[in-house]
Amino acid sequence: MATIGQLATRPLKAERNGDKSPASILFLVALWVALSFAVLTLVVLLVTSFMDALPRLDGELFTNYSSQVSPETAGARAAIIGSLWVIVATAVMAIPLGIAAAIYLEEFANPLRWYNRMIEVNLQNLAAVPAIVYGMLTAGLALTIGLRRGVVLAGAIALALLILPVIIITTREALRSVPAEIRQGSLALGATPLQTVWRQTLPSAIPGIATGTILALSRALGEAAPLLLLGGLVFIRYDPNGLFSGFTTLPIQIFNWAGQPQVEFQEVAAAAIIALLGLLLLMNGLAIVIRNRYQRRW
Amino acid sequence: MTTSTLRRRSAPAAAVLTLALALSACGGSDDDGGGGGGGDALSGEVLVDGSSTVQPLTAAAGEYFAEEEPGVNVSVGTSGTGGGFEVFCQGETDISNASRPIKDEEIALCEENGIEFTELQVATDALTVVVSADNDFVDCLTTEELATLWGPAAEGTVTTWDQVNPEFPAEEIELYGPGTDSGTFDYFTDEINGEEGVSRTDYNASEDDNVIVQGVSGSANAIGYFGYTYYEENSDALKAVEIDSGEGCVAPSAETAQDGTYTPLSRPLFIYVSDTAASEKPEVKAFVDFYATNDDRIAEAAQYIPLNDEQRSALESAAESIG
Repeated sequence: MATIGQLATRPLKAERNGDKSPASILFLVALWVALSFAVLTLVVLLVTSFMDALPRLDGELFTNYSSQVSPETAGARAAIIGSLWVIVATAVMAIPLGIAAAIYLEEFANPLRWYNRMIEVNLQNLAAVPAIVYGMLTAGLALTIGLRRGVVLAGAIALALLILPVIIITTREALRSVPAEIRQGSLALGATPLQTVWRQTLPSAIPGIATGTILALSRALGEAAPLLLLGGLVFIRYDPNGLFSGFTTLPIQIFNWAGQPQVEFQEVAAAAIIALLGLLLLMNGLAIVIRNRYQRRW
Repeated sequence: MTTSTLRRRSAPAAAVLTLALALSACGGSDDDGGGGGGGDALSGEVLVDGSSTVQPLTAAAGEYFAEEEPGVNVSVGTSGTGGGFEVFCQGETDISNASRPIKDEEIALCEENGIEFTELQVATDALTVVVSADNDFVDCLTTEELATLWGPAAEGTVTTWDQVNPEFPAEEIELYGPGTDSGTFDYFTDEINGEEGVSRTDYNASEDDNVIVQGVSGSANAIGYFGYTYYEENSDALKAVEIDSGEGCVAPSAETAQDGTYTPLSRPLFIYVSDTAASEKPEVKAFVDFYATNDDRIAEAAQYIPLNDEQRSALESAAESIG
């Protein structure tokens, strides 16, 4: 914690050469207050959720289905399996498409062409569009192509659209950080542009691409709004088992449980929150490991 | 840069891919879904969507039904009453949960798509006006007083309790209520303010009724309203206000809602069954029959108020005539 603080304040101090004027000290204090308020809120939230969850953090959470008749035995089995299905389907759709789009834009597209500039501007805008809009878009799409709403594939399409701009932007960033000398060297040795991208640029950019992609998938994993709009189910007692199977996901299940009047549901909601949190930490941890393991400084 | 370092770099990509395959294999291994069983055991899926208020009822019905017909998957969504009818009338779902009767334009949509349906009342809910258990001055409110309190004219002007009734103290009122997307809000405004959706807007609105519970129980001067179950679950911290609609004060309870004396805030909860689905899919028909004959314990499990004798026989005969 202290090191983060020191890192954060160092540039301020360095720039003004140890500026101790009242204004800058006041600003520093304001920053610290803002930081501690945010951290404190997070800690309180985590601790209260964990306390609520404690009696329900057991095997039943992972093996039982949701139960209306006996809420004290309700579990998140269908939601966990549903989340995995949706997230894997999302990854399969979004990752190849996103990386390919980024390679085109970064390595091949002529930035002077109007259509490439238009794509670029739209990408930045799409990354800021609220998640629910992608849900509505997918609902419309599903209706047009005759796909039933509320199936894994529809949910995955919505989430893939949601994270596509993020994957493209982070992948482009990663490609851009590969030095031009690598490409020039490859081309000078007689490789074609395609070979250069495939054998030199892309492998060198993988740590950045993997980090950005995993963080994007984490975001998709935590989304409820677009899936609720798409008719994601809240009560199923079977394992989602295919792209055209109905599904529920952890965030949907948590949202539904938390709104129920029975205390037992609120406890199992807290337990599911902890499970989701664990899953997200695991994914983010994986992103950090990949980055540290394969990162290369040029 | 040798080829071996390049190969090593693509390892994370391979790792991610392997993980993805492993995960999908995990899901795939649960393929059979328990479809086995005896000779005439039913299988298939019953799709239900609609009101989140009715969802616990249909979920409980599905759970009990699974004990008899383990091969049938009943799944329930909560797109809201209106959202539920939209997909129901396009033939995407078999049954639609509703906390209000179907509207004319929704009937028109169903007709357009050739969907015929049957309306079944499956339980009763008593919208409950609550104050904190610490509140010692409000026991009963007339519907006029409620309208004074919640009407659009009250916005910004009715702020203290003595403005509602001179016998009440001149304390500031804290108002809590459901948000405008809620069927509870629609029903309450229709009955109390005379027009659906018309209400003062300067109150603490939440789509999560548990937030209203916390708000009202936290202050002796607060008042709010929601479904009866939320009061039942929190009756130690809350006091249910009796309602006087001209024939004396009546407290919300299973009895008063059943015999119709708790007016105007007791409301019917419905399911709408697609006749087409019921005749084409035997599992839908079987589920509806089961729902109708086991309605009492279903309502009990979902903590709603069961039907009275007259409503129950109406439900059973209506369910029988389907399909």
